[in-house]
Amino acid sequence: MNYFKGTDEYVLSPALRDIVNVSIALGRPLLIKGEPGTGKTLLAHSIAKGLGKELIIWNIKSTTKAREGLYVYDTVQRLNDSRFGDKDVSNIKQYIQLGKLGLAFSSKEQVVLLIDEIDKADIEFPNDLLNELDEMSFYIPETAETIKAIHRPIVIITSNSEKELPDPFLRRCVFHYIEFPDENLMEEIVRVHYPDLDKKLLRECLKKFYWLREFDQLRKKPSTSELIDWIQALLAGGISPKIVESELPFLGALLKKKEDMDLVTNSPKNHYGYNSSSRTSRNVY
Amino acid sequence: MFINFFYNLKANGVPVSLHEWLTLHQALALNLNDCSLTQFYYMSRAILVKNEIHFDRFDIAFLDTFKDIETTDEMLEKILEGLKKVKELKLTEEEKRQIEELDLDQVLKNFEEQLREGHYKNHVGGNKAIGTGGRSTQGAWGYNPAGIRIGQGESRHRRAVQIAEKRSFRNYSNNITLDTRQMRVALSHLRSLLPIAPEEKLDLENTIDATCKNAGELEFIWQNKEKKASKVMLLMDVGGSMTPYSSLVELLFSAASSQINRFKHYYFHNCIYQDLWTDIERRESISTQEMLRNEDDDFKVIIVGDAEMAPSELTWRNGAIDYWYHNDTPGIVWLQRIRDKFKDSVWLNPLPSRSWDFIHTARLIRDVFPMFELTLEGLDDAVRHLMKSAGRVYF
Repeated sequence: MNYFKGTDEYVLSPALRDIVNVSIALGRPLLIKGEPGTGKTLLAHSIAKGLGKELIIWNIKSTTKAREGLYVYDTVQRLNDSRFGDKDVSNIKQYIQLGKLGLAFSSKEQVVLLIDEIDKADIEFPNDLLNELDEMSFYIPETAETIKAIHRPIVIITSNSEKELPDPFLRRCVFHYIEFPDENLMEEIVRVHYPDLDKKLLRECLKKFYWLREFDQLRKKPSTSELIDWIQALLAGGISPKIVESELPFLGALLKKKEDMDLVTNSPKNHYGYNSSSRTSRNVY
Repeated sequence: MFINFFYNLKANGVPVSLHEWLTLHQALALNLNDCSLTQFYYMSRAILVKNEIHFDRFDIAFLDTFKDIETTDEMLEKILEGLKKVKELKLTEEEKRQIEELDLDQVLKNFEEQLREGHYKNHVGGNKAIGTGGRSTQGAWGYNPAGIRIGQGESRHRRAVQIAEKRSFRNYSNNITLDTRQMRVALSHLRSLLPIAPEEKLDLENTIDATCKNAGELEFIWQNKEKKASKVMLLMDVGGSMTPYSSLVELLFSAASSQINRFKHYYFHNCIYQDLWTDIERRESISTQEMLRNEDDDFKVIIVGDAEMAPSELTWRNGAIDYWYHNDTPGIVWLQRIRDKFKDSVWLNPLPSRSWDFIHTARLIRDVFPMFELTLEGLDDAVRHLMKSAGRVYF
């Protein structure tokens, strides 16, 4: 029985841990949604590591077709080879390459399969995989072969909700929405990356970070990975907590758009006038 | 049974199917929720709800169904007063194995018996009765995988209802008017209007030609099959009664413009006449007629406005609200021209749909454009309508 407890490098909420185990026990794909930078992809890595299983990653792009995940029949190569006759072209098998899904099915051991950013693909993409994910098998007509999963892989699917996923597909999944971590959880997460970070610096960083995130009009809100980068920059620059408190050094590590920079630096409650008492919003218009 | 939970979910508008309901029961049969209502809450939510915008409704339905749930909690709390935390028990492998063999029903029965006999008072250690740190099947911090965990700092059962009560996903709910927080989600709906990347394909004709010219040596010609990209035009009502919504709409527009390449936007006030403004202060303008002439007809047109004005503004010549502005064509005619020019167009209204019937001009405009609410649901419907390309019957 697989029971996922989490790993040292990945902090996860008890609710998510339970849901991972529910999806493993039910043998259903786990669909993970959430803001960018909440560790959707890392979850699959953590599951693979925690359970000691191989991880197969299928990165979805806008041009990815469902068939590519199953197998690719390289007809062009076959045509090319047919000219010289140095290879047996009648053996179609050698021109069939299994895709990521096919590899996961044919693996001797149970694997963790990560289908990353499924919403990037065409709207019909998930529908084309319905049967394959349900039955965990598919048929290759060219060689009259059926690839059937020896062990049902643990399937983790991530989505940034750029596109709606079709209902029949959703019905077969277990779903979890990773909320943006609150300050306490975030402290834990940062601690995993920097175990001996100065407590005062961490507190100031988190304060600024969540203050920045409160700006509603930001085009791109800073996420966990940006916070980690920022702290890295602060450490490398040897910035003291005092300076973080009074100004925002290396703001570029947190905000990636010029409009956002302008917004924050020009905001009436910018960091120069920022203290706890001015947080009660006074910008009434 | 809690079949009423299913119907409560349905009544609250959570799209649950029987398929998912059966999956939940399968999970319950496997005892994946570990007899805890909190875990049941998360588990049922994971299985039954597939979109975070429905989490809030799920919470409401969950509250409705389970708020009066009489778990043995009240009783347990009394018991727990008598329980004190002791050091964890160390067991040999042999003992662990024995304990693992106990089955849950037996444990539950045992538990009830113990309760009835009143064995629970201040009991620490021991093999049978409720207590802490013992090997018995009840009590906290003990060792027994089939045990009933009662009270580890707080009652676990009460907590599920409290979580639901918090309704922390209220902001994700899809029938409240868009706020800035939901901008991103709204944009993701617009994303389905985005261009689709080119696709590489073997150009058979040219490959054969090239191969022939090459004296039979294979020469592959690939072609980029570019799928047609959507173009979006946004027309926005600014000023006057739209002021309360202006920041919202402006955000939608600026965010959309950064997302969509072939994107055009214009502003108007109350109704569209012969001029369209290119800036929000309405200083720079272009001629509507020229715009209609020059733009391709495959733009997807989204008009945002409250459609609330004096009927004269819509139907009279020189009816425009600015008295120095003379229009010799009534606004409604301009709207019809826009509708006729572009294949797909919709009108988004920040006012709730229930009020549309009471606004004369909104009724008139609905005859011209299909009107949708400026909420997540409405935007979703609007985008779907645009994508269907069935907006207009050709005359």
